[in-house]
Amino acid sequence: MNMELSRRQFMKGASAGIAGTTLGALGFGDIEAAYASSIRPWKLANLTETRNTCTYCSVACGIIMYSKGDLKKGEKADIVHIEGDPDHPTNRGTLCPKGAALLDIVHAKTRTLYPQIRKPGSDKFERVSWDVALDRVARLMKDDRDKNFIAKNGDGVTVNRWLTTGFLAASATTNETAWATYKVVRSTGILAFDNQARV
Amino acid sequence: MTNSWTDIKNTDLVVIMGGNAAEAHPCGFKWVTEAKANRGAKLIVVDPRFTRSAAVADYYAPIRQGTDIAFLLGVMNYCIANNKVQWEYVKAFTNAPYIIKEGFGYQDGLFTGYDEAKRDYNKSTWDYELGADGYVKSDIDHPRSVWNLMKKHVSVYTPEMVERICGTPKDKFLKVAEMISECSSPTKTMTSMYALGWTQHSKGSQNIRCMAMLQLILGNIGVRGGGMNALRGHSNIQGLTDLGLMSNLLPGYLTIPNEKEATLDVYMSTRGFKPLRPNQMSYWQNYKKFFVSFQKAMWGSAATPENNFAYDYLPKLDVPSYDVLRVFELMHQGKVNGYFCQGFNPLLSAPNRKKLTAALSKLKYLVVMDPLQTETARFWQNHGEYNEVNSGSIQTEVIELPTTCFAEDEGSLTNSGRWLQWHWAGGTPPGEAKHDSWIMSQIHLRLKALYQKEGGAFSDPILKLDWRYKDPGSPTSEELAKEVNGYATEDITDPNDATKVVLAKGKQVVSFAVLRDDGKTACGCWIYSGSFNEAGNNMARRSTNDPDSTGAYPTWAWSWPVNRRILYNRASADINGKPWDDSRKLLWWDGSKWTGYDVPDILPTAKPDVVGPFIMNPEGTARLFTRGLMRDGPFPAHYEPFEAPVVNVLAPKIRGNPVARVFKGDMEQFGDAKEFPYAATSYRLTEHFHFWTKHAHNPAVMQPEFFVEIGEELAKQKGITGGGWVRVWSKRGSVKAKAVVTKRIKPLQCDGKTVHIVGIPLHWGFMGETKKGFGPNSLTPYVGDANIETPEYKAFLVDIESITGPTA
Repeated sequence: MNMELSRRQFMKGASAGIAGTTLGALGFGDIEAAYASSIRPWKLANLTETRNTCTYCSVACGIIMYSKGDLKKGEKADIVHIEGDPDHPTNRGTLCPKGAALLDIVHAKTRTLYPQIRKPGSDKFERVSWDVALDRVARLMKDDRDKNFIAKNGDGVTVNRWLTTGFLAASATTNETAWATYKVVRSTGILAFDNQARV
Repeated sequence: MTNSWTDIKNTDLVVIMGGNAAEAHPCGFKWVTEAKANRGAKLIVVDPRFTRSAAVADYYAPIRQGTDIAFLLGVMNYCIANNKVQWEYVKAFTNAPYIIKEGFGYQDGLFTGYDEAKRDYNKSTWDYELGADGYVKSDIDHPRSVWNLMKKHVSVYTPEMVERICGTPKDKFLKVAEMISECSSPTKTMTSMYALGWTQHSKGSQNIRCMAMLQLILGNIGVRGGGMNALRGHSNIQGLTDLGLMSNLLPGYLTIPNEKEATLDVYMSTRGFKPLRPNQMSYWQNYKKFFVSFQKAMWGSAATPENNFAYDYLPKLDVPSYDVLRVFELMHQGKVNGYFCQGFNPLLSAPNRKKLTAALSKLKYLVVMDPLQTETARFWQNHGEYNEVNSGSIQTEVIELPTTCFAEDEGSLTNSGRWLQWHWAGGTPPGEAKHDSWIMSQIHLRLKALYQKEGGAFSDPILKLDWRYKDPGSPTSEELAKEVNGYATEDITDPNDATKVVLAKGKQVVSFAVLRDDGKTACGCWIYSGSFNEAGNNMARRSTNDPDSTGAYPTWAWSWPVNRRILYNRASADINGKPWDDSRKLLWWDGSKWTGYDVPDILPTAKPDVVGPFIMNPEGTARLFTRGLMRDGPFPAHYEPFEAPVVNVLAPKIRGNPVARVFKGDMEQFGDAKEFPYAATSYRLTEHFHFWTKHAHNPAVMQPEFFVEIGEELAKQKGITGGGWVRVWSKRGSVKAKAVVTKRIKPLQCDGKTVHIVGIPLHWGFMGETKKGFGPNSLTPYVGDANIETPEYKAFLVDIESITGPTA
């Protein structure tokens, strides 16, 4: 975008100022290259590039994320820019209006930041520690499972199912997360298991 | 997708119907533009709205939502009547010549065996006639051949009938049919690009089947530039489906046992997949290898031949599935106590919002894991008219757990074209957000500790779950990916020489071809086997090499199965193995083996005139007639939506899909055309992604406010002005919105009646940066597709009136 703008501005200035001169004689290509090379090192010198995939639809456009700080070196990394991956065979560097604004969802004001619990009848969430939240989840699961687990059906067939708790899985998580989720959920005997593929 | 995004450049004709790729999948749609610009390909769009896809189409035809089957069977009828059929393909590669059992029939909108009380069929006649040799009888000229039955079945869908049902003017329908029929040439290819516009109907599966049948008679499956291409929604919705995170699935499209399958032997007895024609591969014959390897990946050394590989550890179903609709119904009845929503916002995405809120209010506990503050996690919060609840009366305990988003996580996502692409984390999670895999591990370990300490209900599957990660509290993506690929659990020796180890214990398997049913291999998901083998993480490959520019990109990432880029690719060549189209070769027989640009979807040495291309089917051929595999018929038939502006002209007594599941009380909540005269449909905007981007600043600025879209004619009739306020209501709920009056929606004439369409986009709620708003699910009916229970969001009835808006 910046490059295009600068080219247009340059052309405008050039045609007004140097009438009758051909583009070739202006050395147009050199100036563009010089402009690009003045940006490139700045980006690479100060930021870490990471390859990722757009989180929205299943076109799965390649993206490059630029961060201050390098996660791989154990540093705190703050993503400051995201753009299309020009080497990606599908999107070739392009992004749609949603993808072009990916940075805004990474830094959304309404990201969840801390575990919270809303007690029955309450009108607010209360911040808790991870330990409190996870212990509570495990307790609620176990109590419900122990009370309602069906080991055998009416005909005496082993069915080992737990129907009073269900799990909706996320279609934007990785395959690896999905596999870990699958293992944990199925091991409890949950059958009310679904993801967005249904809707 | 049978093909890939980059393969679309090879097509001659793109049909976008049941989708809107230009707006919903813009960067994928660029390959349509590529085909148009470089191959002279044409684009047809069939849609109730003149979408942005339609705006760049070579030909646009309007259609009433929910009538796609009538349209497509009409196109098939046109092709058959005008002999626009790829006969060589049809005769060799489909089940067209097979003979169907005597007694099978279709009358008044119903197939043989209908039971009205059960809303189900006895499907015993929906099958092949077998010979004494156990193989299906074949004779295309037989009066009961699939071809002849199909020809008769589609004959009622004349251009006049299509116009009556669909509201598509006859001349427009005929133009579309003619353009499509030209692709019956072996050197012309058509691709189908569809999405939720086809799935979100009470007969969504049959919408898609219709097009698959059409593509088969045109010879367009398995070829470059062809195929059935589902444009999937979320970034890893394909992956979660492949991995079987659904009620009735195990990974790789294996199925959870039902309670009639009490033992592994009984379970396997219906999964033998004996070939139905001589010499066919019938690849599902390997089912047990995939199943046992999955059990080993789950329960490791606790899954032994003695305990039938821990068969009892799997839960057994008593109903076809506990899908999201059934679960919310049970929740509504007070029969569900706990619910987890991992990156899922059902309060806005399941139908009949009023019912959802009532159901969630009956839970004892709700756990939400999400990177964003969702409406579901706040269903108990009063947000005025946008969420009118009494918090004090809701006794649900809600636990919200902050998760990372894509930018902070590492791993693979499977795109629509089945490419598994690895990505890397680049940002530090905000606050105390954690990876979902960490959270799931913590839940597992804590639950396990409680069972170890206290005992309780059958705990073996939890206690013995194979969890041998370096840090059990936080498995890495690489560890999990390796488990999904599969590995040897013991040394595997050469069958001819027991001293020779061919795969040492702990080594990654090369692909599913070496999986075993004796417990010596473990594999989380057989179709992903090969993604992370001893060659390394193939999903992380990033070579842009594309030999002869076919669009395959064989060394970019990895696609399932075994890096195959186009499914059924053996069908790209004729019965002798010669490519149908020399300019678009994909695979060919070199006299002794299959070779070409892609990994052959057949045994490389399988002779072309002996083994059929559809290796997963015991017939070796593709099915124009699906036997008893679909609940609502072996052929698709036109049924109206449950809420339709006109009656079913072919079968006036039938409401909706005659076998779609309707829960008690929901039928009474369907509206009729007298009370609710307008045909509504839901849709998505290019600036928004579901209910996420309302949390992102730029998209929230670009489309800040909920609206409904109507045509100028309806606006005039109802005294509605563009930008003015309206109320839209159905039998289940009511919403307020600004009206957008456009030329994009025009009334249709259906069976002599004028049908006005109301478009309702779905991106608003009460959280995020946009203005608060409603979504179509405040209005939509509680009914799903007869086969897979995808809710009917695309066709329902509403009324509309002009109202005085809120004062600013």
